[in-house]
Amino acid sequence: MSSETGSATQGQMPLKKPGSAIAHRLVLTIGPILIALILGGLILLALGVDPIKYYGYVIQRGLLSPTGIQQTLTRMAPLLFLAAGLIVAFRAGVWNLGADGQFLLAAVIAAASAPYLADFMPSWLAVIIAFVLSTAIAVIWSLVPALLRAYQGVNEIITTLMMTFLGVSLANVLVKLVFLDPSTTVPQTRTLPVADRLPRLFDTTISSGLIFGLIAIVAVHLMMTRTAFGLKLRIVGANTRAAVHSGLSVPHLTVAVFALSAGLCGMAGAIDILGVQGNVRADWNPAYGLTVIPMVFLARFNGFASIAFVLLLSVLSIGGESAARRLGVPTVFTLLLVAIVLIVLAIAEYIDHRHNQAAKA
Amino acid sequence: MVPPSASNQAEQPAIISLEGVTKRFPGVIANDSVNLEIRPGEVHVLLGENGAGKSTLIGMLSGLQQPDAGRILIDGKPTPILSPRHALSLGIGTVFQHAMLVPGLTVAENLLLGEPWWRLPKKEALREKVTALADSLGVRIDLDAVASQLSLGEQQFVEILRALLRDSRVLILDESTSMLTPSGVEELGALMRRLVERGLAIVFITHKLREAAAFGDRISVLKLGRKVSEISPERFRSVGEDELIGEIVEAMFGKQHDDPDAANRNPNIFPVETPAILSVDNLTLAPSATTPGLAGISFELRPGELLGIAGIDGNGQKQLAEVLAGQEKAQSGRILLENQPIEMLSVGERRDLGLRYLTDDRLGEGTVGTFAVSVNFLLKQIDHPPFWKKGIEQSGLIERHAVRLMSEYDVRAPGSQTPVGRLSGGNIQKVLLARELAGGAKVVIFNKPTYGLDLANTLAIRQRILDIAAEGKGVLLISTDLEELLGICDRIAVMDAGKLTGIVDNSPTARTDVGRLMIGLAA
Amino acid sequence: MSDLFSDVFLGALFFGAITAAIPLLLAGLGEQMSEKAGVLNIGIEGMMIAGAYAGFLGAYYSESLWLGFATGAFGGIVVASIMVLLCVRFGLNQIVIGIGLTLGFEGLTALLHHFQFSRTYPRLPAADVTVVPYLSDIPILGPALFKHHLVVYLAVLLVFVLAFVYRRMQLGLNLQAAGDKPAALDVAGVDVVRTRAFAVFTTGALAGLGGAYLANIGAGIFVPFITNGAGFLGIVLAMLARGRPFWVLCGALLFGVCLSLTTALQVAGINIPTDVIQMIPFLAVMAMLIMFGRKSSLPAALGIPYERGAR
Repeated sequence: MSSETGSATQGQMPLKKPGSAIAHRLVLTIGPILIALILGGLILLALGVDPIKYYGYVIQRGLLSPTGIQQTLTRMAPLLFLAAGLIVAFRAGVWNLGADGQFLLAAVIAAASAPYLADFMPSWLAVIIAFVLSTAIAVIWSLVPALLRAYQGVNEIITTLMMTFLGVSLANVLVKLVFLDPSTTVPQTRTLPVADRLPRLFDTTISSGLIFGLIAIVAVHLMMTRTAFGLKLRIVGANTRAAVHSGLSVPHLTVAVFALSAGLCGMAGAIDILGVQGNVRADWNPAYGLTVIPMVFLARFNGFASIAFVLLLSVLSIGGESAARRLGVPTVFTLLLVAIVLIVLAIAEYIDHRHNQAAKA
Repeated sequence: MVPPSASNQAEQPAIISLEGVTKRFPGVIANDSVNLEIRPGEVHVLLGENGAGKSTLIGMLSGLQQPDAGRILIDGKPTPILSPRHALSLGIGTVFQHAMLVPGLTVAENLLLGEPWWRLPKKEALREKVTALADSLGVRIDLDAVASQLSLGEQQFVEILRALLRDSRVLILDESTSMLTPSGVEELGALMRRLVERGLAIVFITHKLREAAAFGDRISVLKLGRKVSEISPERFRSVGEDELIGEIVEAMFGKQHDDPDAANRNPNIFPVETPAILSVDNLTLAPSATTPGLAGISFELRPGELLGIAGIDGNGQKQLAEVLAGQEKAQSGRILLENQPIEMLSVGERRDLGLRYLTDDRLGEGTVGTFAVSVNFLLKQIDHPPFWKKGIEQSGLIERHAVRLMSEYDVRAPGSQTPVGRLSGGNIQKVLLARELAGGAKVVIFNKPTYGLDLANTLAIRQRILDIAAEGKGVLLISTDLEELLGICDRIAVMDAGKLTGIVDNSPTARTDVGRLMIGLAA
Repeated sequence: MSDLFSDVFLGALFFGAITAAIPLLLAGLGEQMSEKAGVLNIGIEGMMIAGAYAGFLGAYYSESLWLGFATGAFGGIVVASIMVLLCVRFGLNQIVIGIGLTLGFEGLTALLHHFQFSRTYPRLPAADVTVVPYLSDIPILGPALFKHHLVVYLAVLLVFVLAFVYRRMQLGLNLQAAGDKPAALDVAGVDVVRTRAFAVFTTGALAGLGGAYLANIGAGIFVPFITNGAGFLGIVLAMLARGRPFWVLCGALLFGVCLSLTTALQVAGINIPTDVIQMIPFLAVMAMLIMFGRKSSLPAALGIPYERGAR
């Protein structure tokens, strides 16, 4: 239902015949990815690395090898939650750049609470409670930027970014000073035993967090496209004046969006700890949130399409982490690639938009 | 009438000549083969109501737009005016209706805008020039005042000063009096006289006949893009005031007693005791930078009555609609819907009680262009059963509802899932219509419903509006098209500068009655 | 706690505050000019990191800090030119491009650094210090404030230069008009796009210079992500400073003090954990935003590309 057309970065409606619509959309999506890969490859070349070898290795290690694909699918879990959180926000016109802060704080709370809870209650209960606690923390963390934007009109880009920096620092403080595990030399929180973590899928090493991630993103997609609440959020994001004209309460909806988005980003952190990491080491910050942003843009904020692009990102990340050890290309290369994708996507949509304008006139 | 000054007596050669100038926009011809001459020492008034083409002409003279056909001659030589900068260099200075001042800068800084970037603003030199000029024109101005703190009249004067400082030979004043107090208008008029005495040419655009007659030397009447009449200085001098006014009113609105459509209309006359379905009492709203606000609006609407709101665009009509609908809160005043006060209720609550509002801004406010037609039908009923059950969309019901409405209201679109922004203007309007009339409408406010539509759609919508009134609902029709109002309304009110200047029954003399109100004469 | 106000502590605090403040000052001044002209420049962090790396390269290979500053400014300008082309000239979404530029150049500089220096992590020699006579003899404050590299004094001087430009030069009027009411500027015959482009290029140069200072003098080394939000702090400073360069200076000094608390406390032998201290600047920022956010005056045409005669 509710088919929306339009570019993610421009918000326009391309005019075209139905048949070529899919081909058109494919070009606008695959094109930026290809261009980014090519440009990235050229940079690698300039640095003395064989790009074919690099990409080949990434695909081999990230997608084709049995251990690799399992790691990739496991990595998708937090990324899917993040994608869900970002889709909710961006579609409602809210730039939640606080995803990494919300992620990390939730991760720390999950890591801090789960092992202790597991001491005196069944592990499944401990995990659930830790999950809820950490999500709540992430939601609370978004409250200040939410209220500032809803009632004072303060730009949330800056406030959420600042909360991220604050959150990362606070997370470190909590790990090093409050929740430090005295029994290890490495500064980290107490480790949740593997047996108490989220179960693995069948005989693989894939965390069941993947299933929860898929559920989350599908749920978000369905909420945005099938429910009244989701529709209200989309209206606020697509045309605030129409929202007012239709009698929607924009401030209330804005706060709700922040809470929902932050909650989902927090869940990403919780899932990562409770399913994979088991603890939080000091100064740990994988900064997944930033790399997911271009993916949701590529997916035009569609939940199902996001799964595909999150898979792509996951492959690049896992493969890239391997490549870092073997080929000496640091993992920041993935960050560079997705940034290029974002910019090229914006340019492509702009060209497409101008093309449509010229065709209309 | 203005006593002729010596410089007017021999007609001077025109500075600017427009020959057959035409400008088209999608769906409308804004200027149609206009011939005009602008001479020094003369105040040339361009008189016309909405859609007459005045603003477009000004746009071309000030370099913001180019004509599609015809040519512009400066001092007898064909010269396309390519940009605002070019217009300035040709000596054409424009003062727009809404002052083009930078709010955060002082008057002096605004006046110096345009100097080369490396210069230090030459405030002292400016001060000298301005004082001399202002004194000779009998006006005072504080150069160090910040622009945002000036009154609208003062802002206008700064704009005029700016044009004069640039050694303009032609000064274009675009509806400059629309936001001024009566004494401000008098001052401006006197200023214009002094300026033409120095040999300047002034083009004065207005819709107010009184000002045209008081301040003009030559009047060109524009109607629907054409120049329909020109009254030369000689004619001005030789003809009596009443006859002149009659001539102008006829040119703008058609003959007094010869109204071919009058016979076809059957306006409803309601007995005075009929209880009102909508009652508005002393509604006020503060003016803003671009709107005159509302100054104590009061009227009553009977069930089944079609009340038109006429007036030049931008005189508070949109604000009235928004205050009634609940998008804006009035500062004071009461609104009674079926005797229930609603001024404290939200947009949604008023809608549920039966007050419906069709905005003129179809895509900017009325719909979400990227969303499907079916969703737009229900934009104001989100989460209402049966279309949403426990918050979940019932797409089957929504789809059937959309199909039904599309057929009932003849909305032409590839399908109900088509993004509404792709529909033509007429079809988008039908979507709005279908939405606002859906179940339970008691009072419907239309804001410029036929604006930008083709003839077929326009007639269809007008018929719809008549049908709605016939069903016993109260209808408020805000329109800038006088023909439309005369064609279907029972009574017509006129708004000017945020005030309701009069309400007339739609009698055979309505055309001129309303016309006179619109151009500032008593009915 | 009596150590808290010892000479050693205060001296280290203020010296460090200046060093930490300069990159923020330059970023803030740059962002302020962009915002004045109506461009919301989220990419400033990318400009800073590019400047940090380019500046480091320049100083390292030429062994001249001044050349390093020049290359740093140039690095910032390179990033700015992408923003000028895409956003100012063509009107693409400023936020999306800004995020893309920031992520992209953070990644690119980290990548380049890895390939060039990750084995060696070279450091730059300590910077030359320009001692201001007499003033540097004031107890405590003297050495803290007046024994810095020349560029520090130039940066502070820049504050007053910009204040002069904004209030006393036609250029300043043009910039304000471009942000407040571009139509008025256009009608006055000044090219709005060119004015905004100038603002963004200047932002790039200043941010790049700030990044170069951070790497070359502040740290003496380049490490990936060394800017750590300095560019975004610059945006905050610009937002709160209400168009006055002097307030950017005050804000930068305030944050500089917060940032330098870490090292100062360590020097004074006081043991408060680094991470706690590191929260203080951002807590200060949030406090400022909560108190003054509503009044942060942003120009009316901020973020909206200009189109003449848009109907």
